[in-house]
Amino acid sequence: MDIKEFIENFAGEFDETPMEMFTPETDYKALDEWNSLTALSIVAMVDEVYNKTITGADLRNHTTIAELAEFVENK
Amino acid sequence: MNPFSLDGKTVLVTGASSGIGRGIAISCAEMGAKVILNGRNRERLEETLSQMSGAGHLIMPCDLSKQEDLEALADALPELHGWVNSAGIPKVCPIKHFNREEVEEIFNVNITSTMLLLSMLVKKKKLKRGSSVVLISAVTGAFVGSKGDTSYCATKGAVNGFMKGAALELAPQGIRINSINPGLVPTNILNLANDIAGEEHHTEIMLDKYPLKRLGTPEDIAHGAIYLLSDASSWVTGTNLVIDGGYLLN
Repeated sequence: MDIKEFIENFAGEFDETPMEMFTPETDYKALDEWNSLTALSIVAMVDEVYNKTITGADLRNHTTIAELAEFVENK
Repeated sequence: MNPFSLDGKTVLVTGASSGIGRGIAISCAEMGAKVILNGRNRERLEETLSQMSGAGHLIMPCDLSKQEDLEALADALPELHGWVNSAGIPKVCPIKHFNREEVEEIFNVNITSTMLLLSMLVKKKKLKRGSSVVLISAVTGAFVGSKGDTSYCATKGAVNGFMKGAALELAPQGIRINSINPGLVPTNILNLANDIAGEEHHTEIMLDKYPLKRLGTPEDIAHGAIYLLSDASSWVTGTNLVIDGGYLLN
């Protein structure tokens, strides 16, 4: 998986957070804009773009965007 | 004679294989009704039946989203004194991720099938004069909004509008139609929403948003359905019975 592309897709689900806030090391749950709706949007994005089903628990169990990307890739 | 009794009444329950529908089927049987259980999965309907008292209940499984199944069910049914529709699916999806197929699917299950089955039952004269139809709706979509599941909200708003129009149109035939609008009743239907928000979500909502300090049970909703099915409500049509632990007060 192209991590840069994953980060772009991830960031695309946010409206307020500036793009430079999204890096492989970003602790996504610590972002101000992180809430149940952005979480839902990430689940929907992963389903649409990567054709993989992830859960709320998966989002809770990972910390950085890179970790999540790796998890999605291996799913 | 207890005005809330369902003795001698034959009641169809669609969506009887789990959750609120199962609770309604069990409670209707306790109140003396003969219940016809409908859902897609025969095994799960057998499980509902195994928890029911009384005799003479029937299992008639079919997929209400298929027109031929729906017509076959309407043909096979005996005359009814009541019908409770509890068949419904949730859909958790932010607005910007909508797609046509999924929007059509939830409308098909949550309202279109209800409209078409009611049409069939009326056309085939399966609903007796004095019969009662109860549509299980929700507080979300009918009275308040909810983010993340707006397609579900849209279908429940549609249930509300259809119920009111149908109540007026079918009143001359002595058919009453009402809805029950429950607050949060933990059932399988809510698993996805909980999963996303985390387990703490439930406790938080319960304490903050439900003045009576608990979530609903299928029995809470079933008791409302018994009232609307029974002769106790014979002058009640086109109304929303909100059963929500005080949720809408806030």
